[in-house]
Amino acid sequence: MNKYPLWGNLLIVFILCMGALYALPNLYGEDLAIQINGARGIALTQKEITQIDEVVKPVCNTCNVEFENGQALIRFKDNDTRLKVKDTLSKNLGDNFIVALNLAAATPNWLRQIGGRPLKLGLDLRGGLHFLMEIDMAEAIKKIINQDIQEIRTELRQEKIRLSNVHANGETIEVAFRDANTMNQAYDVLSKKFTNKVVTQEEKNNGAFVITLTIKPEALRDLKTSAVEQNINIIRNRVNELGVAEPLVQRQGADRIIVELPGIEDSARAKEILGATATLEFRLVDASADIQSAASGIVASGDEVLTDRDGRPVVVSKRVILTGDHIIDAKSGMDENSRPEVNISLDALGGSIISDFTRDHIGSAMATNFIEYKVVESDDKTANNGKPKFKKVEQIINVATIQSRLGTKFRITGLDSTSEAHNLALLLRAGALIAPIQIVEERNIGPSLGQQNITNGINAMLYGMIALAIFMIIYYRVMGIIANLALLFNFVLLVGLMSMIPGATMTLPGIAGIVLTIGMAVDANVLIYERIREEIRAGRGIQQAIHLGYERAFATIFDSNLTTFFVAFILFMVGTGAVKGFALVLMIGLFSSVFTSVYACRAIVNFLYGGRSVKKLSI
Amino acid sequence: MSRRCVLFHFLLATNGLNWGLDFTGGVVVEVGYPSDVDLNKVRSSLEEQGISGAVVQHFGTSRDVSIRFQPKEDASQAELTEKVRLACLKVNDNAQISRSEFVGPAVGEELATSGIVAIVASLVVILLYIAFRFDWRMATGAVISLAYDVIVVLGFFSFLQIEYDLTVLAAVLTVVGYSLNDKIVVFDRIRENARRLHKMPMVDLFNLSITETLSRTIITSGTTLITVLSLLIFGGEMIYGFSLTLFIGIVFGTISSIYVASTWPLLLKISRENLIPMEIKKDIGEDDEATYGLNR
Repeated sequence: MNKYPLWGNLLIVFILCMGALYALPNLYGEDLAIQINGARGIALTQKEITQIDEVVKPVCNTCNVEFENGQALIRFKDNDTRLKVKDTLSKNLGDNFIVALNLAAATPNWLRQIGGRPLKLGLDLRGGLHFLMEIDMAEAIKKIINQDIQEIRTELRQEKIRLSNVHANGETIEVAFRDANTMNQAYDVLSKKFTNKVVTQEEKNNGAFVITLTIKPEALRDLKTSAVEQNINIIRNRVNELGVAEPLVQRQGADRIIVELPGIEDSARAKEILGATATLEFRLVDASADIQSAASGIVASGDEVLTDRDGRPVVVSKRVILTGDHIIDAKSGMDENSRPEVNISLDALGGSIISDFTRDHIGSAMATNFIEYKVVESDDKTANNGKPKFKKVEQIINVATIQSRLGTKFRITGLDSTSEAHNLALLLRAGALIAPIQIVEERNIGPSLGQQNITNGINAMLYGMIALAIFMIIYYRVMGIIANLALLFNFVLLVGLMSMIPGATMTLPGIAGIVLTIGMAVDANVLIYERIREEIRAGRGIQQAIHLGYERAFATIFDSNLTTFFVAFILFMVGTGAVKGFALVLMIGLFSSVFTSVYACRAIVNFLYGGRSVKKLSI
Repeated sequence: MSRRCVLFHFLLATNGLNWGLDFTGGVVVEVGYPSDVDLNKVRSSLEEQGISGAVVQHFGTSRDVSIRFQPKEDASQAELTEKVRLACLKVNDNAQISRSEFVGPAVGEELATSGIVAIVASLVVILLYIAFRFDWRMATGAVISLAYDVIVVLGFFSFLQIEYDLTVLAAVLTVVGYSLNDKIVVFDRIRENARRLHKMPMVDLFNLSITETLSRTIITSGTTLITVLSLLIFGGEMIYGFSLTLFIGIVFGTISSIYVASTWPLLLKISRENLIPMEIKKDIGEDDEATYGLNR
């Protein structure tokens, strides 16, 4: 009686060893390091690694460039060499690399090979910035509706169908025609072209023939999703420009994005870069317009007046040739005659649009309009559901003459200086956020407070465990010592599991969760031991008492842990940030504590007392 | 017991909760100064930056200052923290911002809603599970006593005017889950005894079961309290509310496990048949009656 089969014992030992193995990386500290990423989130290639290696070697010949997940890492023993190497790298590598100082986990190679890594610490433990950003969906939809209107015009013009009027009415587009025949023709074309919309035609009472295009709900949902995803990509690129180690950019809910920047303290600068909700568009300059009358606001019906950086008016066509979201890359450089230029790459669609347009407009001037959104200060709190309002600020940043028909790659020349070229490239590259964003939550924890939190957490854990261990030994003697062993196993297993799970973050409430699970893990032991005592009092033999104690207490332990698990799960689902971390620890802790208190502990009891006659149980 | 519940309820109703930043929205900035600092200077410096109505307090030591305020609706968030930083630096150039938080009003509202959803969902899930494992009368008892635990904890927070934030909410839910453990221990024993002691009246049966499990109820809560106490003492200011909730919740959860949870099934006229499934199963406890009778 009271013997586990060999495989059972081996399984328990195996699980505990795995837990210990994966908890091991937490014992190693961190190395000083330099991290090199490709600009705009582009993964580095082997060729670029060799390039980095060539730059590093003359300064530090013992340095080794590690290449992992498309980024390079160099570890250092002392900070002086690190700073020296960083200066050299920043100077020599150029625009395409982002060089940042970082700390890298000093996990030995063999552990890293099997996927071992230390716990990821949350912002409340390591310090840093947390932002929650909200996307202005109304603006995103408006923008897309306007694009659609352009497309409707182009499509109907190609089919030589005359329309009398087209305008947006909220989320629907209304196209008016002179007679029923034209409307029917247009209906065929439009309903074929716009499959993501519900297209209806009707004759209005006032004699107008109107086609209404309404976006389908599922298309609207896709549209919102892609708006969020596009913004996430752009923010990720901007975060990379900040040179942060291990940043987090993640979608939350329908229209929110979480940004976490560990180790960043300068919130003003971070916000400036993240909040720069800029978009770009190319428009044709109307050279025939009279600048004098334009200055006073009088222009032709298809034109409008915008201003350049120096405040001079520029008359441009209202029609947008191309928006900035088609720009893949923009680089500053020198042309054959060593004059500054900016090279622009477009995506395929952008390329074909610009190619079609410029074919007919060689010699005309094209303006680059830079659009920023700034928050409007509004008195009316109820407007727009209390959400922030945005104001559109437009500025012409460049006017260039179209020299030839353009394709997916073209360049802007005739710039005044290299720095102007550099800035223009940066602005073009900043990408286009499809909709303006606004920070709705910000949390900033200083690094010293983070360190203090770690110390507090570890102290609480240590003293709590010691006090608990002493109590268990006094109250249950030898069996108490066994419970304490189970407690230790539980701790190691919990840390191992948390380190193993990708994306799991340890937060201050998470540490509290560990402390709490340790206290709760003992509960299972108490239930079993009390039951064993009771069975012994009832006159049973020691072996049977142990057997029954475990067997009868188990249902109770299972039930009670399961309900706590339910609650932890609900908390995990609704919680965010630190609370989610706590819920995760609690859930994993419940699993590991049942395993260690019931099975691992039983294995020890079986080993000590099982299968032989025991006169007295030290309980 | 119910009188105490009413008292806490009363406190909750009259005093209200000190809702934390997570739920109300607003700005909190904590600043550390190298030497003692005059709060009035900080206040007037804030006023100069156009931030009025800020609550400025010491916390921990007289060198640490916490500033909290509700920004005006039209104020741009980007400038707020910067303004506070400038105001703090004006009092002393070596001021260090150790923590700053801003939560928009819309976010706060959502967090409050999801918090309430979480508590209600937990209670419903528990009600269903206990009804499935035991009986609806037992489930009602469990949920009523859990609601009692929650009210008592909230009452304490109302009485002491400690800030009620997200971590405290997490702790309240944990208390709900944890306090249920004790109740299930008692329920399990009641069911076991109901099978074994056929003739005992239900009131005596409940009484006996509670007495039999009393020591383990107290010890299990005691061991958890040891670790929670350690959290309360060493865990620091950021999780003080969290630890305190667990501490109060576990103490009162134990009391309600003993006195409240089992009273309700009796009031709802629970009978032995409600606890024992109709089919006859092989039961490990069945042959114990004689031994038990002798020992008592």
